[in-house]
Amino acid sequence: MAAHHFLIFLSLILLLLPSALGISNGNAEGYSINGKVRFPGFSATGFGLPAKISNVKVILNGGEKVTFLRPDGYFSFHNVPAGTHLIEVAAIGYFFSPVRVDVSARNPGKVQAALTENRRALSELVLEPLREEQYYEIREPFSIMSIVKSPMGLMIGFMAIVMFLMPKLVDAEELKRAQEEMGNQGVPSLANFLGGAQRTN
Amino acid sequence: MNMAIRAFLLLLLFFASSNPAYSLYEDQVGLMDWHQQYIGKVKHAVFHTQKAARKRVIVSTEENVVASLDLRHGEIFWRHVLGPNDVIDQIDVALGKYVITLSSGGSVLRAWNLPDGQMVWESTLIGSTPSKPLLLIPTNLKVDKDNLIFVYGNGFIHAVASIDGEVIWKKELASEGIDVQQLIYPDGSEIIYAVGLLGFSRFDAYQLNVKSGELLKHNNMLFPAGFSGDLSVVTDDTAVALDSTGKILVVIRFQDGKISFHQTHVSQLIEDISGAAVILPSKIPGMFTLKIDASVIFIEVINESKLKVVHKIGHANAVSDALSLPEDQQAVALIQHGDGKILLTVKLGNDWTSNLIEETIQMDRQRGLVHKVFINSYVRTDRSNGFRVLIVMEDHSLLLLQQGEIVWSREDGLASVIDVKASELSVEKDGVSVAKVEHSLFEWLKGHLLKLKGTLMIATPDDVVAIQKIRLQSSEKGKMTRDHNGFRKLLIVLTRAGKLFALHTGDGRIVWSRLLNSLRKSETCENPRGISLHQWQDPHHHALDENPSVLVFGRCGYNSDSAGVLSIVDTYTGEERNHIGPLHSIAHIIPLPFTDSMEQRLHLLVDANRHAHLYPRTAEALGIFQRELGNIFWYAAETDKGILRGYGVQKNCVLEVADDFCFDTRDLWSIVFPSESEKIAATATRSLNEVVHTQAKVTADQEVMYKYISKNLLFLATVAPKAIGPIGSVTPDESSLVVYVIDTVTGRILHRMTHHGSQGPVKAVVSENWIVYHYFNLRAHRYEMSVIEIYDQARAENKDVLKLVLGTHNLTSPITAYSRPEVFTKSQSYFFAHSVKTMAVTLTAKGITSKQVLLGTIGDQVLALDKRFLDPRRTVNPTQAEKEEGIIPLTDSLPIIPQSYVTHALKVEGLRGIATIPAKLESTTLVFAYGVDLFFTRLAPSRTYDSLTEDFSYALLLITIVALIVAIFVTWVWSEKKELQEKWR
Repeated sequence: MAAHHFLIFLSLILLLLPSALGISNGNAEGYSINGKVRFPGFSATGFGLPAKISNVKVILNGGEKVTFLRPDGYFSFHNVPAGTHLIEVAAIGYFFSPVRVDVSARNPGKVQAALTENRRALSELVLEPLREEQYYEIREPFSIMSIVKSPMGLMIGFMAIVMFLMPKLVDAEELKRAQEEMGNQGVPSLANFLGGAQRTN
Repeated sequence: MNMAIRAFLLLLLFFASSNPAYSLYEDQVGLMDWHQQYIGKVKHAVFHTQKAARKRVIVSTEENVVASLDLRHGEIFWRHVLGPNDVIDQIDVALGKYVITLSSGGSVLRAWNLPDGQMVWESTLIGSTPSKPLLLIPTNLKVDKDNLIFVYGNGFIHAVASIDGEVIWKKELASEGIDVQQLIYPDGSEIIYAVGLLGFSRFDAYQLNVKSGELLKHNNMLFPAGFSGDLSVVTDDTAVALDSTGKILVVIRFQDGKISFHQTHVSQLIEDISGAAVILPSKIPGMFTLKIDASVIFIEVINESKLKVVHKIGHANAVSDALSLPEDQQAVALIQHGDGKILLTVKLGNDWTSNLIEETIQMDRQRGLVHKVFINSYVRTDRSNGFRVLIVMEDHSLLLLQQGEIVWSREDGLASVIDVKASELSVEKDGVSVAKVEHSLFEWLKGHLLKLKGTLMIATPDDVVAIQKIRLQSSEKGKMTRDHNGFRKLLIVLTRAGKLFALHTGDGRIVWSRLLNSLRKSETCENPRGISLHQWQDPHHHALDENPSVLVFGRCGYNSDSAGVLSIVDTYTGEERNHIGPLHSIAHIIPLPFTDSMEQRLHLLVDANRHAHLYPRTAEALGIFQRELGNIFWYAAETDKGILRGYGVQKNCVLEVADDFCFDTRDLWSIVFPSESEKIAATATRSLNEVVHTQAKVTADQEVMYKYISKNLLFLATVAPKAIGPIGSVTPDESSLVVYVIDTVTGRILHRMTHHGSQGPVKAVVSENWIVYHYFNLRAHRYEMSVIEIYDQARAENKDVLKLVLGTHNLTSPITAYSRPEVFTKSQSYFFAHSVKTMAVTLTAKGITSKQVLLGTIGDQVLALDKRFLDPRRTVNPTQAEKEEGIIPLTDSLPIIPQSYVTHALKVEGLRGIATIPAKLESTTLVFAYGVDLFFTRLAPSRTYDSLTEDFSYALLLITIVALIVAIFVTWVWSEKKELQEKWR
């Protein structure tokens, strides 16, 4: 019951909040762009950002203005002239698409935003990372393949091919002849032992 | 048999090609890279030591950084770099838990959580008239259970709630043009005062209600003689100013709406003075500081308007603001300079005759003078007050002094790097002992066995720790001698403070540092600042017993026509061999491709009057130069006028004093850009030390394309004048970007291209025969990167073998820069996601290795992008032959592969530049990125094809070999036996 009351209370508060997202006419000089950055895997209310992203920057027009996120993920730019602007989010570990934001003098308060990477239009200025960025190669656990792939593995593999496949490619009769010749000379050599291997088959 | 080999080779090829070009495992971080974090020259410092578990100091710096530092060790707890235009005006701590920063000339107020640096709220304070930004945080003023912060900025006084940044009230004060200079809030009262001057002749005092902002009183009084400079507020109702002559001190009292002036002649207070006085900004209650001639005088205001000289010191000394102590006392720290040491005295605010503390501290001469002092107190075990002071030095370093010792120091000068040059280390001379080799061999084997365990994933956690330690500690890394691969070098770094540092590439430590005499403030050189660094002497073949040296250029002012200074510094020892100046202005610096017998590089300095001056000033250099006189050309882009001019060097110049080393220049050509439609936005040239290995490019269909390689290529981009501003200020129809490729000897435009609906900022790199540039496409509203490749048409005929045999080819005909080149270009454009701050290209020793373009992104990361992605021959569906050649199918945007971030998970905050230095090993290039932070790493754009990687497992190789030998013997014995059995049968 108490939880229910709390929910109503919360929704009332949310209703009372001024139109938090979008563009508002703050002053005769310019407009304000308000938005929010949301990271996946964190509560929808957005309270409590992951520790590693407390250093997130929101950048307007390639560095003209730089702002930071509030604890709830909101950000705003003030005194922005009418025109088409670009917002970028710099966060280590995430890839954000730059966002094109139209601030028009005619109908202030209307949000016109689109991700430039995939041309997806945004109904409200809530920015989410397109993907997480993994800066390191993942070290694969030990596997036979990694040994085989290593230069040493290739060496052994080559040896194995020479030892077991090559004799099969040579004509058996010819080999025998060569074998006998070798035997006559009586020199213990690698070819000798190859012949031996052949004969066991 | 053939088939087996083919299969094997195919297998090998498959495995070799499967790995990406550049990538790093997480445990390899720190093996060949290092990262250093700085903050810059401290402007303000606020201590937070009371009732805090972790004592810290909050600082704001000239690099727009706000940071919280550990007071025990000087490490950074947290740090934020604000935008480049967001200069921090004031900082303070509110409620004991928020750091308040006022920035952008008093328009942006932010609160940061003190423990972790998370931004809590941000307020934009809007006003119209720019004014001096002021921040006032009363300690215990509560309005509706909320503490208020008073901000004066842009002509308005704002009362801001410290809990959420909401503006409670605001009031315009500058409507009449009054310059408000101070906000005063007497503790516990209901009234806030704002005092200021109108037109330097009227004193104004406002009284406002703190709760409502209602204007209670506004008084003013005219001072016909006129004031000069700023007010100094001494107490809650007294201010001091100087009259316009600087000879009379005016004590202004403004109690209860009554204003009164009391004039005192400076000469009555202080005898034998000559110059005009200046009031220095200070915050010592009941006192103000006056600077006359070369001394600083502390004057106390007693009995409401009487003045009394308290203390007098030399002007090069530094004074802190007053620190409140319990029992209504004030402490002030004073620093005086001695020879190689500094003298710190702490005085009690109301009794200057005795010192609370008097300490002498040894100080490195290379740190220069003390610029700023901040004082803080602590309670000693015997309940008396102890003091610690934070000092900011001339070289921008930050030091904490306590009990006569330097507790810690930070080299924050390195946050403002201007230029970088690499220098070789000395050659190893002494022999190697056998015992050492044996020991190291054993250690080496042990290390590799551990590594093998690691790769086989059978290592225990202890082993893993040991492996990591061995990796990071690689003793070879920090050696002070040259290595075989050319990885170990010195990075010579010039900082804005005029200090030169030598950083070791192995671990980033400072080998030496030197505050340059030529770049220190002096009477002849008021505002010295460094321009650039050049290699002066780099002994390779001759003069090998000479140490290499660098040449540092500087200017005495902010304009290109102010006097120049130069220094020559030995890179092994850091000794300043010679410093010259102030001399003629330095507008252009042209390093010439000639060296004298001492291997000193000839440099031509062009001054503002376009006279060229030759250095070094020796007869030999003059001889070399005069031989090459006709072959020396230079160009200058006059950005404000929109003209590109080319010049040649003529005979000696005609001056009153004959100077053999001065030459006249003559105009050769000029390109005038139409001022109504084009404005120069960017220029780029090839790096002078770039080596090109091959002049021709063989395409898949056996065609040969000859690269047009010229040292004289200039890339120039112009944008429409309207579009010079930021994105959003112009529509696509109004803007266009025009790029030119110009030969700087003849002034010929080799290529011109227009990008309609595009605008700057333009960033470009030129390398070999190609140019890559980055700009903003307004129509798509995305950033774009384009590549232009230039090929030589004249030599395209040479592909006929018959002609080559018959000798009718023109390969041996001399190449001259004067001839009209027949070139053709190929170009292509791609989208790119990020804004780019800076761009560079990898350089290798022989130029064989393929290139990567290094992009410093807006997120302060460095991304390596293969040149293969920027190839104008990319098509949507490349043919089989083209695929074999390595042509990637065309996509509309360039890929951002997270693994190819050179800086991996690190940020080079405030990134400004990237320098690339070739290593001796052809596959490898050294990369140094600088901004507020420094980052260094090695890159192998085509992987290290010429050496084994660091984590190559020698132990595995040894074990394999041993295993193979054993196998051979075992099988041999086995076959012997078998043969014997066979024979017996």
